[in-house]
Amino acid sequence: MEHRFEVPGSYKKWTWGLIAVGVIALLYGFIMYHPFAHAGHGENVNSTRFWAVLLQNSVYWLLTVNAAMFFLCVTTMAMGGWQVSFRRVTEAISSAVPILGVITFVILLAIVFGNRTDIYHWLDTEAVQHDKILKGKSGFLNPTFFLVFSAISIGLWWLLGRKMRTLSLQTDEEAMTYEKGKRWVWNNTVWASLFTVTFGLTVASTIPWLWLMSIDAHWYSTMYSWYTFASTFVSGLSLMAIYVVYLKNQGKLEYVTDEHLHDLGKFMFAFSIFWAYLWFSQYMLIWYSNQPEETRYFVDRIGTAREAGPYKGIFFFNLIVNFVAPLLLMMKKAPKRNWTMMTFMAVLIIFGHWIDFYQMVMPGTLGAHAELMPFEFGIAALFIGVIMWSTGRYLGKHSLLAKNHPFLKESMIHHT
Amino acid sequence: MAGGIKKFVVGCFADEKVLFPAVKNVRRAGYKIHDVYTPFPVHGLDHAMGLRETSIHTAGFIYGILGTTTALTFMSWIFTKDWPLNIGGKPHFALPAWIPITFELTVLFSAVGMVITFCYLCNLAPFIKKHHFHPRATDDLFVMAIECTDKTDDAAVQNFLQEAGATEINVQIAESGWWIGRYDKEQKLYRDEKGY
Repeated sequence: MEHRFEVPGSYKKWTWGLIAVGVIALLYGFIMYHPFAHAGHGENVNSTRFWAVLLQNSVYWLLTVNAAMFFLCVTTMAMGGWQVSFRRVTEAISSAVPILGVITFVILLAIVFGNRTDIYHWLDTEAVQHDKILKGKSGFLNPTFFLVFSAISIGLWWLLGRKMRTLSLQTDEEAMTYEKGKRWVWNNTVWASLFTVTFGLTVASTIPWLWLMSIDAHWYSTMYSWYTFASTFVSGLSLMAIYVVYLKNQGKLEYVTDEHLHDLGKFMFAFSIFWAYLWFSQYMLIWYSNQPEETRYFVDRIGTAREAGPYKGIFFFNLIVNFVAPLLLMMKKAPKRNWTMMTFMAVLIIFGHWIDFYQMVMPGTLGAHAELMPFEFGIAALFIGVIMWSTGRYLGKHSLLAKNHPFLKESMIHHT
Repeated sequence: MAGGIKKFVVGCFADEKVLFPAVKNVRRAGYKIHDVYTPFPVHGLDHAMGLRETSIHTAGFIYGILGTTTALTFMSWIFTKDWPLNIGGKPHFALPAWIPITFELTVLFSAVGMVITFCYLCNLAPFIKKHHFHPRATDDLFVMAIECTDKTDDAAVQNFLQEAGATEINVQIAESGWWIGRYDKEQKLYRDEKGY
């Protein structure tokens, strides 16, 4: 079978359609929501909405595609062989990191230089001077550190991810001897571990503090970064599952069997539970240790016993979609081997975690004024379109099978 | 105990490659395979033997549910009825505080329950003995035991196994279930043979 993938017309149509919808939504927001209006908190709600939606989507989709590269690196470090038969799909998804990274960084630049105190309260130098808590955090939460650290992080994901992709493509050139293969595996493992360490120091710790947790600048949670990571990792896995099923339906990925899909399903199932564990722990640690000042985050979302908050529905909808549904629907073996079911669950999980990010960003910025209207979905369509474009381009350009990868045989005979 | 004394034709194979088609042919010929003993887990052998999917995960799920309900009912009874304590002014029915314990009991019940069920299904327990068809089944031989009924012509079965590539064939009359106690004279069936 030919391991080339000709991007079909329908795929291109969807890609450009989604991008077109997104661009229209963006232009509409640009004209109607006055994004450069004064940023006083609660004054220009529409202008806040514009930036909050952009922040939510850019961070979510960037971390999701970056999670695909993380998956590749951790399986490489674990000397895994089973993922080799579909690793080009993973690489293709991660090839969207540079473009989404640039978009995210531009949005962050605009927020910081636009002095959007409605998004990041700590940008307000005047207020920080009179605020004991924010003053204490100002060594970390200041524009210079924020932008420099963001730039370094995005740059490292870009460069190390590109190195991993280059190493993978190198194997296509010629069959490797035993010695050469051994050297290649070692080299690949070293670069994978460099990426993983970078990932641990950025996505799994500092970057969510800077980009998302600093929206609620007075509040902090030690669970937050893991929570964000779990969210994006499970959506990255779902994205991979969707592409694997799509390419199988196109008659490609000859060596990917139900066994591989089953294992991807196990990952999605396991990390949905991991996400719920962190979702709960974040609440539990504050509740159990009696820290009333830290309950602010939950009061903004679910409200108090006397009055329900504006996000109560979304907050618990989130738990149902991202935990209860995967737990019950994916527990058995059959759904994990069923292409339709896996696609459905993957779409549900990606949507669920998009909503999760929505309720991370909106309460601290828009409060009760947040909306879930065509504008929000239009911006999401823009990012999905960009990911589809980048992934499709990579899949069309390179062989779908890493045919000289030393562990390919292991993947072909993979059996759960 | 559980099975009773039966007659078996035992064929030993030196290689998986011979074993797989042999299993397939023996089943196609209509003989009943009692079991196949291998020195290591062989992928796909369960499939070839036509064994059904294990339902141990269903058992695990039920044990898990049992653990969840045990934890929740027990804790809610203790903290609201039996011995209510004021802990940091929190409500007596403090569900968030119980989640970790509920989780742990769920895992504990399902894990321990599944291990016990597995041991029960495999007849594994201290002092429990089962007949060994061949001592080298734990070393380097793949041993297939075919159960004979009154109507089975065991000479034909032996010939069949010979053709299927078995390196060593014998007939054993043995207890098919488990018993408590010691190995006795049934062991002699192969102990007396040359080469051991």
